[in-house]
Amino acid sequence: MSTQQGVGEALSPGYLRIPGNYVRTIADFSKRKPLGAVGGVIVAVVIILAIFAPFIAPFDPHAVHPEYSWAAPGEGGMLLGADQIGRDVLSRLIFGARISLYVGVVSVLIGASVGTLMGVASAYFGGKTDLTIQRVLDALMAFPGIILGITVLAAVGESSLENVILALVVVFTPGAARTIRARALSLKETDFVLAARAVGASDWRIILRHILPNCLSLFIVFSTITVGFAIIVEATFSFLGIGAPPGEPSWGGMLTLAASKYIEVAPWLAIFPGVAIALVVFGFNLLGDALRDVLDPRLRGA
Amino acid sequence: MGTYVIKRVSLFIPTLLLVGVMIFIMLRIVPGDPAFLILAGDQAEGQFTEEDLQRMRKELGTDRHIVVQFGDWVWHMMRGDFGESWWYGQPVWDELKEKFPTTLELVVLAFVIGFGLAVPLGVISAIRQDGWLDYACRLFANTGIAFPSFWVGIVLIYLLVKLFGWVPPLGYAKFWEDPLTNLSQMIFPALVLAAYNMAFVARVTRSAMLDVMREDFIRTAHSKGLRERVVIYRHALKNAFLPILTVSGWQVGRLIGGTVVLETIFLMPGVGRTLIEGVAFRDFPIIQAVVLLIAVGVLILNLVIDVLYAWLDPRIRYA
Repeated sequence: MSTQQGVGEALSPGYLRIPGNYVRTIADFSKRKPLGAVGGVIVAVVIILAIFAPFIAPFDPHAVHPEYSWAAPGEGGMLLGADQIGRDVLSRLIFGARISLYVGVVSVLIGASVGTLMGVASAYFGGKTDLTIQRVLDALMAFPGIILGITVLAAVGESSLENVILALVVVFTPGAARTIRARALSLKETDFVLAARAVGASDWRIILRHILPNCLSLFIVFSTITVGFAIIVEATFSFLGIGAPPGEPSWGGMLTLAASKYIEVAPWLAIFPGVAIALVVFGFNLLGDALRDVLDPRLRGA
Repeated sequence: MGTYVIKRVSLFIPTLLLVGVMIFIMLRIVPGDPAFLILAGDQAEGQFTEEDLQRMRKELGTDRHIVVQFGDWVWHMMRGDFGESWWYGQPVWDELKEKFPTTLELVVLAFVIGFGLAVPLGVISAIRQDGWLDYACRLFANTGIAFPSFWVGIVLIYLLVKLFGWVPPLGYAKFWEDPLTNLSQMIFPALVLAAYNMAFVARVTRSAMLDVMREDFIRTAHSKGLRERVVIYRHALKNAFLPILTVSGWQVGRLIGGTVVLETIFLMPGVGRTLIEGVAFRDFPIIQAVVLLIAVGVLILNLVIDVLYAWLDPRIRYA
């Protein structure tokens, strides 16, 4: 038993080792990938804003202040102005970060996890399993992402954040499954997997101890890059009125009325949520690109 | 070539069938009993008896076995009969056939513009790899995907209105009736849609060019003393072009997805906007038809691209 473990682990490369010295790792990363570090800082700031929203936001995002409706930026202490019923835009943006991150991160983590399981099963077992899974993925990928999401939302009916997450999971799973399958196929042929099999390791052991750990870096890269896209799609759904329930301070939802009706009188209502979305997405994309170069050089340029 | 085509088509048919099953299941079974939905209405205010419900089920054919219903549905779809819209009360196809040209034109225009801008960007990036110009190009292309296209569209309309007194068109001119008006209505949404796709095409171009430029024949061309321009355009780009076009073609689905948003913002009478209205009115026959036609269109497009690619590049069909 101990030999088997020893052989497998000694040969298993690329196993994401967390180095002891975090500060130095981060400093190294920033030096090698300045743009990635910028992305990381943006993402970190938004996460902090979302977690501590009640303490940071100057106003209650739902509080109506009729006397301040259409307040221009700066008026009445509202740094980014107020909307048609006097709700503070900055506070709504800060609370909106919670919705964007919640939907974006949860949907991508579930989608990438389901996709990873499908991809690994497809590659490892091959044959009929592979064929069936691949045809299902083909069919799902025939739908453009947004259209597939809309269809799922139309089928489940009412708009809630959980339904948006469900729709996004359906959208992201095929991409993750394809990406992971390709990696798992090449891992299956590596010497350390053959060695593990030669010493009699079970399928489960090989998958859990050798294939999955080596897919981890790819999983991280895929997820980081996809979160940005997920945030955009969530905003799009909310903007179209099929995402976050009306009244919730979601960035896309804030734009629905602001954009179509009020942009003439109060352009700031349309500008700031858009910039917030772009900034976060930009941050995730920069971070994702840099992580890919560092963790997974084989994917460069893909 | 023949075997490749047969292999590729034999993948296409089961996929097509699965797409049909998925749409059927998602929109027939998940929302519940359609007869009930129609009778109860949107706010569940309708008054009806159990007999009404039975009669409605018979009328809609939903009292039969599910497999029979699916077969029936496929049979009708194949003859172009998409049923009747619950909201408009007229055949779905009549509702849609006017709207396809608009969406198609938007997608084609966006593809041409995006491709035309992104390929030069990608080439510049690749030639000046890791130089400031490369960073600038990548930053520019990446900004294109960071801003949601609905927001870019809104701001564009606002600026057009403010700066040029441009008014979003209320009516819609057909291309073959009034090409100039039509193009002036199409160009702005097409630009926004193109921006959405540019980052991707530019990135693919960059990596395809970088791959080709490491090949031996490029070194040979350089050592023959050919000018840089000639090496890049005649040797490198010519060889990188096919994969770029292929991968970009696979992305047309994304453009079609984007039309939903842009048609809504620019008030264009296209398929995407009809889909969103269909969702708002819970008009399932419309949703079903639009989603099915888009998915089938994408599948056929991918099939054509793959076959063309294999025909032009023999390495693919013998792989």
